[in-house]
Amino acid sequence: MNPQFLMDGLIAGAMIGLGAIGVTLTYSILRFANFAHGELLSWGAYLAMAVSGALGMLSTTLVKPIAPFSFGWSLPIAAVIAILLTGLLALAVDALLFGRLRRRGSAVIILVMASFGASLALRSLLEFIFTSKPAYYTKALQIAVKLGGGLRATPDQLLSLGLTLVAVIAIHLLMTRTSIGRSMRAVSENPALAGIAGVDVRKVIRVVWFLGAALACIAGIMTGLLVQIRPYLGHDLLLPLFAAAILGGIGSVPGAMLAGLIVGLSEAAAVQLVGAEWRAAVSFVILVIVLLVRPRGLFGRAA
Amino acid sequence: MSLDILAYGAFFLTMALTYAIMCLGLNIQWGQTGLFNVGIAAFVAIGAYVSAILTTPETPDRFGGFDLPIVVGWLGASIAAGLAAWLVGALTIRLRSDYLAIATFGVAVSVQLCVLNIQPLTGGAFGVGFIPRPFGSLAGNPLTFSLANLALTACVVLGLYLALEHLTKSPWGRVLRAIREDEVAAQALGKRPIRFRLQAFTIGGAIMGLAGAVQGHFIGFIAPDNYLPILTFQVWAMLIVGGSGNNRGAILGAVLVWGLWALTAAAVSAFVPPEQQARASSLQIVAIGVGLCLILLLRPRGILGEGRSSIAGRFKPKSKAQQKFKE
Repeated sequence: MNPQFLMDGLIAGAMIGLGAIGVTLTYSILRFANFAHGELLSWGAYLAMAVSGALGMLSTTLVKPIAPFSFGWSLPIAAVIAILLTGLLALAVDALLFGRLRRRGSAVIILVMASFGASLALRSLLEFIFTSKPAYYTKALQIAVKLGGGLRATPDQLLSLGLTLVAVIAIHLLMTRTSIGRSMRAVSENPALAGIAGVDVRKVIRVVWFLGAALACIAGIMTGLLVQIRPYLGHDLLLPLFAAAILGGIGSVPGAMLAGLIVGLSEAAAVQLVGAEWRAAVSFVILVIVLLVRPRGLFGRAA
Repeated sequence: MSLDILAYGAFFLTMALTYAIMCLGLNIQWGQTGLFNVGIAAFVAIGAYVSAILTTPETPDRFGGFDLPIVVGWLGASIAAGLAAWLVGALTIRLRSDYLAIATFGVAVSVQLCVLNIQPLTGGAFGVGFIPRPFGSLAGNPLTFSLANLALTACVVLGLYLALEHLTKSPWGRVLRAIREDEVAAQALGKRPIRFRLQAFTIGGAIMGLAGAVQGHFIGFIAPDNYLPILTFQVWAMLIVGGSGNNRGAILGAVLVWGLWALTAAAVSAFVPPEQQARASSLQIVAIGVGLCLILLLRPRGILGEGRSSIAGRFKPKSKAQQKFKE
């Protein structure tokens, strides 16, 4: 078996892991499985493309590729703006839809259903605006560099892996070392008690949406950069995201990242062993095994 | 001309009624029991393919083709889809309520993959053709053919409706609603929620399989593209519009939403230039998504609502877990 699959799996796993952190945070703090999370990835990718395209029109020097990478300065600048915009999108959806349902005290499953409706509307809106034709941030080609051990990776891929590591460490520190992180863990433990203890539950909810959306946006931009941008980008990643969030244990950030890597590596291994057409079934198999053997996941607590 | 319109009307209604069957299946899972199934398309697909494999004439390049009567196909479809639903339910119903949703979503993805990739069994992307159609001997006369099919499908819907109404009013149906409203109280009365939920989920899945078979035989051709997630979504919209928990609402919702869908699709193909049609139809899906959210926000009970058998307060806070989340 070609060892290159390890590299491919690691890169796919990094993107799944980033998305899964968002899923696991919203799941543990807002208490429902958000089927619209995949759409935040797609929107992030498309928003970055739109902003980057606009920047490119303003000045051509921004589009000129930076030394080893395939993209110019327009993409990193656009990424920052896209992260903010995706966060705002998530906050807007919450204010319009989930917040109202929450205030009404709707059952969890109504929220799940609303997220299902929101996901369809958001995805088809992308399809309407940008059509379903695949898009790319850049047309530049990249040569993969040898890393030793028979592994190769393009500079873009290595940069994505590095950024993922930084993002995960930052989120982990935020959750464990800061006061807002402590508030988040308190709300996920018991919202009523946290509210009595003086935690601003609404603020925590806003922070969770923003963080989840920001990570989703980063994952979406990476997927767009390394693969391609499509309206179904996020939808096709949704099952791996859920599988990773449940495998890692709902609420566990390191768990989600680790599980994301496991899912990514298993997918890459399945492509080698079984065939690329079965790739999408891997997450389902993992999901079934976790639900059978250890429903609380690797790092989760028993319900 | 008027005969053509009549034939088209019959065709349209028959299609709508096949959706009504799916809706009835979903109603027993969601409306009566509160189980969220995101994989309706998967169960419908299982039914359609099983029935097609059982009843098509033998073909050299594909396994199956047993040339059995259509009724056997329908029966096989229900059993296969019911079995699949039972497996998924047995795996997830004892866990958190939304794990079932995630698992059924996974089933939908996986069934879609199987249908596409197991070419010797399902014909892959090309699908299965030459599925025997009920009253195929009348096909020469479109009007009688459509009317006969409409009558047959209507009979299936009516039979299911009566059976489900009976089931809903039976002690079994009362237990389901009791569990949905207050699980702890039902448990205290000696009912085992997991077993009842699993039964309801299995029956619902079997009905969806039957719907897939009826639809497949009516059209005479099935392909993986018929069972995309959008199908799941349409059926959900139908039930929510009609009123979940109400069997008549399920049928009414199916006819209304399918009518709206067919009408807007016709308008798109008539008035929108060809190169913009894909975009316009994506806007159609946006409308359904937004519509579903709006109904959840504004009129969660749908047009007909659950009716007199309902225990009030379905959408009001029920358990402490939800109450404490009310800001």
